Amino acid sequence: MKNFVQLFVQIDRTTKTNEKVDALAAYFNEASDEDKLWTIAIFSGRNPKRIVKTTQLKQWAAESAGIPYWLFEECYHIVGDLSETISSILPDYSSASSLTLAQWIKQMQWHEQVAEEIKKKWIVDAWKQFTKEERFVFNKITSGAFRMGVSTKLMVKALSKHTKLHENKIAHRLMGNWNPYTITYQELLFNEDGADELSKPYPFYLAYAVEGEVHELGDISNWQAEYKWDGIRCQFIQRKQQTFIWSRGEDLITEKFPELMAIGNQLKYDAVIDGELIGYKENAVLNFNHLQTRIGRKNVTAKVLQEVPAVIFAYDLLELDGVDMRQKPLVERRALLAKLVEETNVPQLKLSPVVEADTWEQLIQIRSLAREVNSEGLMLKQQQSIYEVGRKKGSWYKWKLDPMSIDAVMIYAMRGSGRRANMYTDYTFAVWNDNGELVPFAKAYSGLTDKEMAAVDAWIKQHTIDKFGPVRSVTPELVFEIGFEGINYSTRHKSGVALRFPRILRWRQDKKKEEADTLATLKTLIK
Amino acid sequence: MQNNQLIQFTDHGMYVPQADVYIDPWKPVTRALITHAHGDHARWGMKHYLAHEQSIPILKRRLGPQQFESIAYGKPIQINGVEFTFFPAGHVLGSAQIRVAYQGDVWVASGDYKTIDDGISPAFEPVKCHTFITESTFGLPVYNWKPQVDIMEQINAWWRANAAAGKCSVMFAYSLGKAQRILQHLDHHIGQVLVHGSVQNMNEAYEEAGVHLKPTKKVDQSFDKNIFKTALVIAPLSAEGSLWMKKFEPYTTAVASGWMGLRGAKRRDSADMGFVLSDHADWQGLNSAVKATGAQRILVTHGYTAIYAKYLTELGYDAQEVATRFVGEQPEAEKQEEGKEGQP
Repeated sequence: MKNFVQLFVQIDRTTKTNEKVDALAAYFNEASDEDKLWTIAIFSGRNPKRIVKTTQLKQWAAESAGIPYWLFEECYHIVGDLSETISSILPDYSSASSLTLAQWIKQMQWHEQVAEEIKKKWIVDAWKQFTKEERFVFNKITSGAFRMGVSTKLMVKALSKHTKLHENKIAHRLMGNWNPYTITYQELLFNEDGADELSKPYPFYLAYAVEGEVHELGDISNWQAEYKWDGIRCQFIQRKQQTFIWSRGEDLITEKFPELMAIGNQLKYDAVIDGELIGYKENAVLNFNHLQTRIGRKNVTAKVLQEVPAVIFAYDLLELDGVDMRQKPLVERRALLAKLVEETNVPQLKLSPVVEADTWEQLIQIRSLAREVNSEGLMLKQQQSIYEVGRKKGSWYKWKLDPMSIDAVMIYAMRGSGRRANMYTDYTFAVWNDNGELVPFAKAYSGLTDKEMAAVDAWIKQHTIDKFGPVRSVTPELVFEIGFEGINYSTRHKSGVALRFPRILRWRQDKKKEEADTLATLKTLIK
Repeated sequence: MQNNQLIQFTDHGMYVPQADVYIDPWKPVTRALITHAHGDHARWGMKHYLAHEQSIPILKRRLGPQQFESIAYGKPIQINGVEFTFFPAGHVLGSAQIRVAYQGDVWVASGDYKTIDDGISPAFEPVKCHTFITESTFGLPVYNWKPQVDIMEQINAWWRANAAAGKCSVMFAYSLGKAQRILQHLDHHIGQVLVHGSVQNMNEAYEEAGVHLKPTKKVDQSFDKNIFKTALVIAPLSAEGSLWMKKFEPYTTAVASGWMGLRGAKRRDSADMGFVLSDHADWQGLNSAVKATGAQRILVTHGYTAIYAKYLTELGYDAQEVATRFVGEQPEAEKQEEGKEGQP
């Protein structure tokens, strides 16, 4: 565990990618296979199963520290992170445990099913064997909340250094449905015919946004333009009569969309298709928030299937009849994909149309109307591009429409977490209704510079009207421009509207609250 | 607060009506008693100042040439029948808790304090009283300082590693108090300790007050660039990101502050490293100080006032929060202002 904590401290301390990769690679060179496996699992979001509820942790920690529960809660609001709060309120004991990361996780597993008293004793005793940093990491692991500044890309780099395997190879090995409780490190990285292979998706190729003028991309005839759909980017995998659908976030979503099984039944060849899963009805793409109602749902009801039927708009063909196609140029993959979609001939699988234009000016015109077909803008892909691994610059670009925006008044503020802990950085915004009242319609936190954030934080502390736990109501005075990608009616919100991806575009220090927009204006943006 | 109180909280600051004096007032008044020389406690524009003798050289440099009356620790003075005595607060050089006694009623206004001995400022001394006015900058159980020797070991290790890599170490710290505390406990064998002009200014004040500091040099143009490679530079927070820093390249930066105890603050801060070192009391320090006074009534000022007052109330104290204009140690927003302390 000590090595792992040391690795965490090193990575946490730096923002430089190279230093992080070096620290990781050095750790991999020293660690046992078991520790390596768990490190990879944790850093790729495959946390060991949580064995305690947060309320239990809070109570036990308050008790161990000898402070009242309400005081623990106050600390938690201010620190903004449960694991850190617990690690901070207990004394900084000297490091007394020689167990490794994998051994701790094994112990954790043993304590999953035991009586609460035994579980409590195990955790409270563990806390006393740790330094503050060790306790922080331990808490992150036991509460299943380990997230840290290690992207998959970074870990792939470090593993490539350590194993001498090619980065793309490793990125692929780490994808999909592997389970750190059952697999070994050797199997994960080196065994290519394991049980999980059938379901394994390819790493997605992700595009950067167009910077500067689109003309700078050169001759338009080298580029293929497509609509950028606002749904769930996914990989549809058909191998040996089995179907798997993976979201970009590496969630297996096959069971949530039973209607898409029809595609697998009709496909004449095994194939892996990169596409967008979207709601589609009466020959039109549905707004994303319809699809959203299906994501959170446990059961797929007949009603849902009828109201928001899902289809896949196919973008690309990654594998055909067992052959990896990713190194072939896009034009070739596209031609094969078109043929495959046509032959399959099911309404649930559609070829995402190519947008034809002879000049960039024409394309700019088409893009400006993208919202009419419920698209977010365009994708630009070089005709000769291979299908890359991860986010790479150069041959694919996303070219989204500018967000819609509205001026709104801040009325509530909440303390943030992580980097924004102990500062009021999460705001609720309101617009005016017909009766001259401010109605909250959106929450947002990102978009301000650190300096602005500090200034707004100081302002909030001086203009608090009321406090409710971590939330403060503030004098309605500050105006912000809020940007968002979409808007629709909603019965869940007081304002009657729901926004997609709201964020702060800028602080309008030039505007008074009276100059903020109205709910009526906001509703005119609903298509 | 009722009118018959020995110390009252007014819009000019803490007021002792019976003696017609203020303690750390924030608006101009005739007579001011100053707990210590930080800008939020020692402000410009008072007609008469009374402060501990070791505060005077600092006040002269910060507030300009005027008359300052001085007083030693433990020597009571009478003002219209009210007895005032200064006791060490352990915060920075010359920092004092002011004991105010009148007709058997004893109050202590503690200003800013820390209960651990930093080896430079005379150590905090608990003073028995009925009413104790305490700060609460770090009044949450998540703030627990490690011993100074551990932190200095971390700082020295950081410096040693930078020096070995040929990188200049730039340490940001308050120029009054924190800077001297750090430089006094650095391992000067590692390299040269250099200071920013505003730190130099305070060092001179410390020397004048009779504190012998380890040798440092003020940064100026005359230095050979090679000396920076193994040097540690102590600069105020306001120097962060300024042109003045350019000459030290390649360099790496650190901040020494109590706020560095929380990861959020550390991550927000643009410095490369954070060391948890504060001149304020931590949670245990506050609680032990409150207990040691034997006071029944506790007035909680600047910091986590509401939370700390509530906690003390549950312990059975008559505790109240009081609004003041003291700011304590600043996490971020106003840190740029540090250079301008004390000016109107």
